[in-house]
Amino acid sequence: MTLPFAIIAGLTVGSAIAAMSLRNMVHCALSLVLTFAGLAGLYLQLNAEFVGFTQILVYVGAVSILIVFAILLTRSTEPKDEPSTVTPWVGISVAVGAFLTMALAVLASPVGKRAAAPMGEVSVRTLGQKLMTDYVLPLEVMALLLTAAMLGAVIIAMREKEGK
Amino acid sequence: MAELFQALDQFPVTLKHWLMSHASGVLPEWALPLVSAALSISPILAVFPLMFALTTVIERKGLGRIQNRIGPNRVGIPLTDIRLYGFGQFIADGIKSLIKEDVVPRAADKVVHFLAPIALLIPVLLTYSVLPFGKNMVPLDLPQTGLLFFFAVGASTELSVFMAGWSSRNKYSLLGAMRAIAQMVSYEIPLILSSLTVVMIAGTLSLTAIVESQSGVHFGFLHNWHLFTPWGFVGFCLFLTAAAAEANRTPFDLPEAESEIIAGYFTEYSGFKFAIFFLAEYLGLFAMCGLGITLFLGGWLPPFSFLGFIPSWCWFLGKLSALIVLFIWLRGTLPRLRTDQLMGFAWKFLLPMTLINLVVAAVWHLLGGSLPPVLRWAFCFGMLAVPYWLLGRGFEAKFTKREYRFAN
Repeated sequence: MTLPFAIIAGLTVGSAIAAMSLRNMVHCALSLVLTFAGLAGLYLQLNAEFVGFTQILVYVGAVSILIVFAILLTRSTEPKDEPSTVTPWVGISVAVGAFLTMALAVLASPVGKRAAAPMGEVSVRTLGQKLMTDYVLPLEVMALLLTAAMLGAVIIAMREKEGK
Repeated sequence: MAELFQALDQFPVTLKHWLMSHASGVLPEWALPLVSAALSISPILAVFPLMFALTTVIERKGLGRIQNRIGPNRVGIPLTDIRLYGFGQFIADGIKSLIKEDVVPRAADKVVHFLAPIALLIPVLLTYSVLPFGKNMVPLDLPQTGLLFFFAVGASTELSVFMAGWSSRNKYSLLGAMRAIAQMVSYEIPLILSSLTVVMIAGTLSLTAIVESQSGVHFGFLHNWHLFTPWGFVGFCLFLTAAAAEANRTPFDLPEAESEIIAGYFTEYSGFKFAIFFLAEYLGLFAMCGLGITLFLGGWLPPFSFLGFIPSWCWFLGKLSALIVLFIWLRGTLPRLRTDQLMGFAWKFLLPMTLINLVVAAVWHLLGGSLPPVLRWAFCFGMLAVPYWLLGRGFEAKFTKREYRFAN
């Protein structure tokens, strides 16, 4: 474990914990953005430049804005004064149990023992060509899904306007 | 003579190599990359904030002249009669903002309020790291993802705007932040799509390679800038429009419209934090202009090949200054848009035009060998001019009737 990895991993996990435990919703959202940025840092550490910068563009640039808009438009951001009624211990034990199960399963699986595939020069050009040839069907399906979602959003917004 | 100009051209690079070769004997191994990075960063941190400082004075003087005033012309060297035509103004302004009281509203979210200007300035400064300022002068050369890095880092400024507006606990601030985010998200799409044409033609995301792809020569003297193609010309105009909106410049400065919402998201900032917002806004504009220069105006290449003896970084800074003057001129000339006009312009005009421009760039590339250049130029230009007229005038006259809601 190298020092940059330790810093990035600590930042990612710490901000993820903060995103769960802070009382103010906007603070949670901002910590979540820090988690997204930390994940991008991990991708960059793995030499996946394109994925890392796309993660920043999509998650830090766009998804975060979506989240804060959703918070502001739906509910008050003021934290309530009343103390939290749910004790965290049940949740923590469930989380630790789930993590241990997954970690043991990953360690026991044969995937980790396989020899690493030879590192080819993965360029943006290769990514694009793969998307347009081998993976064109998933790409089109996703495009259709996104278009449908967008049309749905537009229709919902239009109906609301007529109702007023 | 030629060697002198060559030495001048590469002066920053040779200086850095000279300093590094001396440092490698003195410093430990692990410190060398840090020193190298610091040496690459320091010119950016010196040149562009100074350019911002001078721009504030030039802008005030230029706007003054446009409005038939004189503008600042008093501040010179203290205790003497030397006035410097008012160009000492920025030093006085800087000292003033440093020693002003920093007022934070009692209801404000202190931590987020403090972090917002920092979170705005850092991404803006990071965008400079991939711009090629001259031949061999790019602080961080990303051969795979240069342009993507620029847009990815630039996109994270939207969140800082939200942080500033929300944490101030002021209705005007929040309204300004909402306006700013809506505008930045909308105009980012035409901005990225108009730069994609260049990526399609150059076949690379590396900004240095994009500059080199424009180094060919037409007619023996004219450099092969992307601006001189129909898609490049239209793309540059679309890019500049979207860049002005991204940088909150007039006529798209609704997020900080003084007459309606005081100053938008930084209403509650004072003293040096306000100065940081001001600085980040201008540095963002310069970075956008620098990207436009790199993509369409040949980067550090001269317009005519016989002017190649002038150092490459002079060309870059010269083009940047010209674009800044253009933006000051626009600010003095154009009135501010209305919010719905602003959104309509982005989605109904800029977006279709950029999409058509992508198709035209592909057609231009495919017609490469089969048509004589003049015909190819005219054909592609026609493919852009007709939709431009239809989107701008034709459809409006045919399908919509102009309503004067408040006048009736």
